[in-house]
Amino acid sequence: MLTDRRIGNLAHPAPAPIEEASAPEKGRSLWMDAARRFRRNRAALVSLAMLILIVLFTFVGPLLARWDIETIDWTVVGSVLTKGMPSFETGHYFGTDEVGRDLYSRVIQGTQVSLTVGIVGSVIAVIVGTFYGAVAGYFGGRLDSVMMRFVDILYSIPYMFILILLLIIFGRSFIMLFVGIGLISWLGMARVVRGQTMALKNREFVEAAIAGGAKPLTVVFRHIVPNLLGVVAVYATLLIPEMILLESFISFLGLGVQEPNTSLGALISEGAQTMQYGTIWQLAFPLIFFVLLLFSFFFVGDGLRDALDPKDR
Amino acid sequence: MSNEPGIQRGDELLRVEKLSKSFMIGGGLFRKPVELKALQDISFSVRAGETLGIVGESGCGKSTLGRCILQLIRAEEGQVLWLGRDLGKLAGEDLRLLRGDLQVIFQDPLASLNPRMTVGEIIAEPLRALRPDLDAAERRERVLSMMSGMGLRPEMINRYPHEFSGGQAQRIGIARALITGPKLIVCDEPVSALDVSIQAQILNLLSEIRDRMGLTLIFISHNLSVVRHVSDRILVLYLGRIVELADSDALYDSPQHPYTRALLTAVPVPDPKKARQRNIDGLTGEIPSPINQPSGCTFRTRCRFAEDRCGKVRPALETLPDGRLVACHRWRELELAGGA
Repeated sequence: MLTDRRIGNLAHPAPAPIEEASAPEKGRSLWMDAARRFRRNRAALVSLAMLILIVLFTFVGPLLARWDIETIDWTVVGSVLTKGMPSFETGHYFGTDEVGRDLYSRVIQGTQVSLTVGIVGSVIAVIVGTFYGAVAGYFGGRLDSVMMRFVDILYSIPYMFILILLLIIFGRSFIMLFVGIGLISWLGMARVVRGQTMALKNREFVEAAIAGGAKPLTVVFRHIVPNLLGVVAVYATLLIPEMILLESFISFLGLGVQEPNTSLGALISEGAQTMQYGTIWQLAFPLIFFVLLLFSFFFVGDGLRDALDPKDR
Repeated sequence: MSNEPGIQRGDELLRVEKLSKSFMIGGGLFRKPVELKALQDISFSVRAGETLGIVGESGCGKSTLGRCILQLIRAEEGQVLWLGRDLGKLAGEDLRLLRGDLQVIFQDPLASLNPRMTVGEIIAEPLRALRPDLDAAERRERVLSMMSGMGLRPEMINRYPHEFSGGQAQRIGIARALITGPKLIVCDEPVSALDVSIQAQILNLLSEIRDRMGLTLIFISHNLSVVRHVSDRILVLYLGRIVELADSDALYDSPQHPYTRALLTAVPVPDPKKARQRNIDGLTGEIPSPINQPSGCTFRTRCRFAEDRCGKVRPALETLPDGRLVACHRWRELELAGGA
């Protein structure tokens, strides 16, 4: 049996390498390998498609809307349960909220806000966290101690408390929300990146770069950071839903973005309050978008991790 | 690519003076770290054009010594003099600009290449850092000619390290080390991670380059037959100390230190008759922990010839009539006893 197989293998050797052209061939970078592995992961691909669809919907959807986010439909006010149902006739595809505003437009707007908050938080984390963590991890010693203790201190402050205070003192606005989320989102990233940097800086290719005369910052940004980006990409993708959750929680508490603007968290909060009157669509539509968004990001993040770090599977 | 006109073959390029390096291991809030003495009191010099082999068992400090010479690790005591300048006192830019003269080839060829860069970028990296006067086209030109010199096809320039075999990866590593036209290359076990058939190719490539470019090599290995193949002089390390330093042939023909003898016995001999005739001086036991070193002569715990004074007094490094250095109390008696 075993010999049979071996002979079979000999009879069908691996396909011979394609004739080398004299022009420089294109190498297969690790990123291309990762992309190939990602494409084989069905859950991640479906989630990515779902994300793209949701994002497209938030841009295309408003063109189909017959109501904007703040106009009150006076015909349904007072009888939302009977007249404010999802219906094509009235133009309220997702029904109306408790005060008669179009839920379709509001869900689209809420999704956009939630996505923006998640992505902004994540981008801040990537830029600040990567830079901060890589510098602390590479230079080590006292600089590292000071930088990381600062992170520890920020971590130990109950951020929800600070965020609520910020929003109360400076008023509720997008800017304040981004400032608050930006302040905390990079902390975890900085720690992850620092740990990875410390593992990488003792690798031989880093020593080789130093021996080759590279300046310290060149070593960090040309040799260490590119090798961290896999971890950073995964962490950033998983951070987006975390930020969305955080924002939703703040909005659920009644802080967060200001009326008439809304976010998925605020919509869910309103929907949950009116659930007992039977207007279940007010909870269902924002919740469906919320859940789809979170699941998609988590699956994409998982797929990225598997694709970028095949050893860990 | 040639040496500076000021340096003649045989001039002293590098001088290591009383170099010591220890590492602090462990330790925490309530525990004291323990001291691991990796190198103690190492002194030797390297002349232009020669190849110095450094041998020893794993953990004896070979690689640490190489890294201390290159200032990748800073030694706390002693000096590394490069053409008379103490490298240990240089920092930042001064040291960086000298790095073109001292290069390194690593043990694990794949680990020493940045996996996210193409071969062309990897080889051009030292030029980028040290020759800002060259533009991208000139760099590429030099990279291509260096690649062809190493037996790498020019169309490989855009490939990534993981697409290469160990031997090819080591050729890339050598190309990177040579691109700045260095004077001294520290080869840290350059072939021990390679297949035996590839080892010979890489060794021949190294010797050929050395002869063609008039390079000086420091060749670190645990494999005595490999070291003998390339070295003019050989330095034997045991637990971070020099036990013997001699010309290559002299060391092989008449090893003076019992440790060197034991190492030589461990080299397999192809002829079984000759193998049987050899003295059985083989090593027994494990190398002691460098954290908790034996008193006196550090080799005494494994030495057949150890006596009382070996445990009390550490043997000094003596210069023998033929110029070699040996650290052993009993080398005279052992020589009479017919060690050679």
